[in-house]
Amino acid sequence: MNKFAKWGLTLPATIAVTLLLVVPVLITIATTFGESKGIFSTYTAFFNSGFRTGILYRTLRIALITTAISLVIGFLTAYVIAQMPGRLKSIAIIAAVFPLLTGVVVRSFAWLIILGKNGILNSSLISLGIISEPLSMLYTEGSVIVAMVYLFVPLMILTLTGVLEGIPRDVVEASASLGAKPIATFFQVILPLAVPGLIVGAVLVFTGSFTSYATPQLLGGEQMMMMGTLLYQRAMVTFDWVGASTIAAIMVVITIAVVSIMSRIARRLNPMAV
Amino acid sequence: MTARIHPLLGAFAILVFLFLLAPLVIIVGASLSDTTYLTFPPQGLTLRWFANIFEISAFRNTAITSFQVAILGTGLSLLIGIPAAYALNRYRVGLPKWLGTLFILPILVPEIVFGFSLLKSITIGMGLPVYPSLIIGHALLVLPYSVRVVGASLASFDFSVEEAAISLGCPPLKTFFTVVLPNIRAGVIAAFILAFITSINDVSISVFLTGPGISTLPIQILAHMEQFFDPTIASVSVLLMLVTVGVMAIVEATLGLTFLTK
Repeated sequence: MNKFAKWGLTLPATIAVTLLLVVPVLITIATTFGESKGIFSTYTAFFNSGFRTGILYRTLRIALITTAISLVIGFLTAYVIAQMPGRLKSIAIIAAVFPLLTGVVVRSFAWLIILGKNGILNSSLISLGIISEPLSMLYTEGSVIVAMVYLFVPLMILTLTGVLEGIPRDVVEASASLGAKPIATFFQVILPLAVPGLIVGAVLVFTGSFTSYATPQLLGGEQMMMMGTLLYQRAMVTFDWVGASTIAAIMVVITIAVVSIMSRIARRLNPMAV
Repeated sequence: MTARIHPLLGAFAILVFLFLLAPLVIIVGASLSDTTYLTFPPQGLTLRWFANIFEISAFRNTAITSFQVAILGTGLSLLIGIPAAYALNRYRVGLPKWLGTLFILPILVPEIVFGFSLLKSITIGMGLPVYPSLIIGHALLVLPYSVRVVGASLASFDFSVEEAAISLGCPPLKTFFTVVLPNIRAGVIAAFILAFITSINDVSISVFLTGPGISTLPIQILAHMEQFFDPTIASVSVLLMLVTVGVMAIVEATLGLTFLTK
């Protein structure tokens, strides 16, 4: 009876994920090796194209910068939240959760209003007399990065607040009572204990921004394509399905490599684990 | 963990919260502006852009589709996710470890790759109509929430209570619904809410699974933005934000928002 229940209860979900996700994605990857010109011909074509490798490097660059900025902002803010008294803490968490639950289209759209040619930033800078001509801020790497940081900072704050609250109070008090200055306690006690959480947050933000579609579509446009928008364009505009599948395969390999390597490192660095 | 906060650090945190909330305030302001272009602060106040949403049938239809897909997709994911979460926690030792990883694959695989692959294999390869494909895509996308969030509830459930009910003669299925389910209610609600929000805001999967007459609200907003840049978009965004406010009120009333950091 138990044996039947054990497997039977997991069966529907197992079948669904296998047939509707694993198999279709594997088929997508498999089709990239079926070209008549040679098994790896689509990959050599991808990496020989300066245009396409440029997009890959840009995507990696934007994802890395977004991750780095989100880590710093997220960690410092989470540190402040973790010290707040109960009522204030709930308000701060609500303020962080609210943008997170607002859709990516809405949140990217906000930056379109802010950074546009007749946008808020340009008109305020002009009325302040700092610039005389509106700056073109949209459709640049900078605009994509700002919107992505905006997208991912709440996620980082929530992840790290949980991590920091899990650090036992005794450890921090012990450090202080043994004479460590607050800054020393921060860098030598709290930061090392938070490293596994920082890695988890970094992986979430990196993979999220590396594979994003809506934000580069809205704020990067044709000029600043990323892997996600390139995939969509190849698949649905030029109908080059093998090319789109090649991009998909590269995205899957990089994402899974980053996740598995970083989670292994996080496990090894966890100072609380014995 | 408690330590004193340096005033500079406190000021920095305040700036971060301004950064997080100001763009949303700007959208609300722009949606009320009595101009044909997007601007902030609003010039004149009007609600006509909200009225305009309901006059554009594409917004009405896609909003209905989005809602249906989110409810059906989330429901399906809970239907297959709760039993899986139950088995993973109840028979922890007997099940292989990769099973847990399999159920979070929808988060691990890039969404845009999943959407494209679904389109190729299911919609075009097997000729399944767009609407069911869309529901399948969303159900799988949110499955990790059903399995993990419900699983977290089950992890703290004392299964000896269930055994007591069964040994007293309560049939297993009845035990599940009258003993187990009430105890993991918070997890199920949380999973439902996270899944619903994820589904209703999804772009990367839906963008491939739209066809003639079938589209979701976020995709419609993207399409509208390419042609018009009027405050209608801002007012639709405000409506979507109101859905979020409503959902957060439900979370606060049932679970308390701090559970989100756990």
